[in-house]
Amino acid sequence: MEFLVKRPSDTSLWLPLHAAAVFAFLYLPIAVLVLYSFNGQGVGGFPPRNLTLDWYRTLAGDSAIWDSVFNSLMVAIAAMAISLALGIPAALALDRAKFPGKALFRRLVLLPLILPGIITGLSLLMLFREASVKLSLLTIILGHGTALISVAATEVFAGLQKLDRAQEEASLDLGANYWQTFWRVTMPNLKLPIIGAALLIFTLSMDEIAVSFFLIGRDNTLPLEIWGRLRRGITPEINAISTIIFFFSLAAIVTWYRLRVRAEGQPGIAAELVEAGQGK
Amino acid sequence: MFSRAYRAAITLPPLLWVALFLLTPYLLMFCFSFWSVSPSQEIVHQWNFNNYRELAAKGVYPETLFRSMWIAARVTVFSLLLGYPLAYYLSFRAGARKELFYQLVIIPLWVSYLVRAYAWKTILGSDGVLNTLLQYVHLTRHPLDFLLYSPFAVVLTLTHIYTPFAFLPIYAALEHIPRNLVEASHDLGASPFQTFWRVIFPLSIPGVLAGATFAFVLSLGDFLAPLLLGGPSGIMISNIVVSLFGAAYNWPLGAAISLCMLLLVIALLFLTERLEKKWSFS
Amino acid sequence: MTTTTQSVIGAKSAQAAGGSLLDIRNIAKSFGSNPVLRDISLDVAEGEFLTILGESGSGKTTLLRVIAGFEQADSGELWMSGERLDRLPPYRRRVNTVFQNYALFPHLSVEENVGYGLRVAKSPAAELASRVQQALAMVKMSAFSKSKPSKISGGQQQRVALARALVNRPRLLLLDEPLSALDANLRRQMQIELKSLQREVGISFLFVTHDQEEAMVMSDRIALLRNGELEQVASPREIYSRPATAYTAQFIGHTNLLRADVKDRTARCHSLTWPVSLPDGPALFSLRPENIRLAPDQSNQVSFRGAIRNQAFHGATELLQIECADGLVLSVRIPASARLQGNLSFQFSASDAVPVRESPEKS
Repeated sequence: MEFLVKRPSDTSLWLPLHAAAVFAFLYLPIAVLVLYSFNGQGVGGFPPRNLTLDWYRTLAGDSAIWDSVFNSLMVAIAAMAISLALGIPAALALDRAKFPGKALFRRLVLLPLILPGIITGLSLLMLFREASVKLSLLTIILGHGTALISVAATEVFAGLQKLDRAQEEASLDLGANYWQTFWRVTMPNLKLPIIGAALLIFTLSMDEIAVSFFLIGRDNTLPLEIWGRLRRGITPEINAISTIIFFFSLAAIVTWYRLRVRAEGQPGIAAELVEAGQGK
Repeated sequence: MFSRAYRAAITLPPLLWVALFLLTPYLLMFCFSFWSVSPSQEIVHQWNFNNYRELAAKGVYPETLFRSMWIAARVTVFSLLLGYPLAYYLSFRAGARKELFYQLVIIPLWVSYLVRAYAWKTILGSDGVLNTLLQYVHLTRHPLDFLLYSPFAVVLTLTHIYTPFAFLPIYAALEHIPRNLVEASHDLGASPFQTFWRVIFPLSIPGVLAGATFAFVLSLGDFLAPLLLGGPSGIMISNIVVSLFGAAYNWPLGAAISLCMLLLVIALLFLTERLEKKWSFS
Repeated sequence: MTTTTQSVIGAKSAQAAGGSLLDIRNIAKSFGSNPVLRDISLDVAEGEFLTILGESGSGKTTLLRVIAGFEQADSGELWMSGERLDRLPPYRRRVNTVFQNYALFPHLSVEENVGYGLRVAKSPAAELASRVQQALAMVKMSAFSKSKPSKISGGQQQRVALARALVNRPRLLLLDEPLSALDANLRRQMQIELKSLQREVGISFLFVTHDQEEAMVMSDRIALLRNGELEQVASPREIYSRPATAYTAQFIGHTNLLRADVKDRTARCHSLTWPVSLPDGPALFSLRPENIRLAPDQSNQVSFRGAIRNQAFHGATELLQIECADGLVLSVRIPASARLQGNLSFQFSASDAVPVRESPEKS
């Protein structure tokens, strides 16, 4: 494949240019956001003037925002617990067990990944109404937990595919029963996919808006708090909190990625798809 | 490989939860769509087809649905046009920097949707960054209207959000292609472009289908971008649903629309699954 | 003689033979700081079956890839029929490759795979169809023309890969260990088929393998590659009976390496002595096990006695390990016989002890 790299041809120029343009497109809004969080004149206008930390100071004193951050954290942690507690067995079941309705189960579990959040949110809303459950942070937790099982299941499932069955068989051969084998052999190998899944679920829950929109009670999560403010008018304070969110997400995702690479040697959403077969 | 207890322990809890919190809600939605709402804002559990008749009859619902599908279609096409060459570049040309670039693509994917949609709002507004920039360099004299509160803004924002979604399965499919096939094609006399067209592209089609499905379905059901940036001309079907569950208080009608969307999504998924099977060769 | 001279002589013998098709001149290639090919020069004659033989890491696949165009050499030139080959991209060389894992296009049928090169060259439809049918018939895969590669066996895929390459009528066919994935019986059968196919189409085959038996069965000439350098280039018979170095003698077939001292035209190794025409000093000899026979004393043979230490049955032959009185251990191959015991007499002809050069450990 060397000659493709060493001999420039027409195509080899516009491909990297296109890539650069797409990256610019993807990062432009974020760059603008971060830049204007320091802009004294507010969110619009060009060029930015009077660089200041005022908006961050306002943000620091905004108790409503920090209450919602606290709520979001609680929801995220609880959702993480639920998703993992159910997603790990789900992945195991999909990988190894035969049971009636398995195909339907698999589709149901994965459906929230592709379904617009509004449908998941609305259907749960109807459930809570008919069951006369009052809307609150709890209902949001249930919503996030349910929707994000799919993330936990997918990540753990990919990790299971990479697992060498012979290890488990060796454990059984050496006298450990199924439970012991599970805790001593299977789970340690799933450590990295589980941590990766946890990180991902946490991040997605912190940012989740579509499902939360319908299941909200009196207490706001962070995205809904921001949303409420947006309806009333834009302030650069929102830029400031957005910038902070951006950097936290960045840290979370880079960590997730690094864990993934360590777990499998190759990145990718569906690891079983990413397999570059070489001819030699 | 199992004891009964082990098997029960791993299948029952998720199965029950999914039955309770995924399956039952969908069934409820089905039921709601056949009920109606009384003038005193009570949900009447009486089975009838009224909601569906209303959907078929009144103009605004099919109109909005088609507009939403048209927006979703454009988002899909643009996401593919942006995402495919990017995936190709990373997979076949980027060499050692492939990993770094991959991280750069997935980072925006997980950075708050709301944050990014909001950012576009500040860019596209009449006092926004873009307009003031254009006026500052004297390219325009008045703010451009169509930038915000229009279908254009919705398509632009959704393309921005969903291009990484389109990129991921395409990249995975391209990575899956054994490199010796590319060498074999060159060996047999095909130029790099011919190799792309005859070998690489056909083998990447399952990835393209998956990416297109993601982009189309998710943008079809989006309600945030239209609310923030769409204005009256950019309303999508999900916004109607949201209002039916809010101010317009007609849950059964909203459920009917949601059910239609759900069925549409499931139908699309089946279709792409069949197509993917047809185009997958390993 | 030095390695270079001998290799050059062997390598360039092609020119004398059928006329040189491919002229490999001083090709060198490193990956990073790791030199994989060091100064390779070789001629491939028209219509010859030349095997590049070597262990893994010897550089044989890299050499093939340089010829095919998938790698660029750091220095050196490739000439084919008076034209510079190494300046052309793979899709413009009149060279085709049969890949190790066949590399059949999974989305195309057998027929479409075979016709790929012709379609790319925009051959007229009728000619394309007839040439594809011909190629499929030649490898006996006509019945599978509409099948997809995933539906046929490994051996069948290999034939399709062969047809796909040959249908383009290349001047040179490169084969990268195409038989390594097949089981032993199928392999033997394919070796014979490949050889007769090559005779039939008359084009040069450049075959890469690590299996020395395979190389001997199929080749007109063998080029033994070690650590990126050509150790010896000669016909199978020549390379077997007159190995140039200790490495060659040991890599191809079994041998006994005898470290001897030459004095007054006599070589002495432990208690064995035999006449040689070599200058005084230390020397190394290769003596093939089958050249040592069980026999009573005969005057013009080198005789010695040895005790049977081990006897391994190999079907048609026995491989004996014998120990002489002074501790010298030798391998001896004799026709199948009953269990042997004790001290026996053995002999070999002095001419069967072939002087070979040392093969120092190379980094």
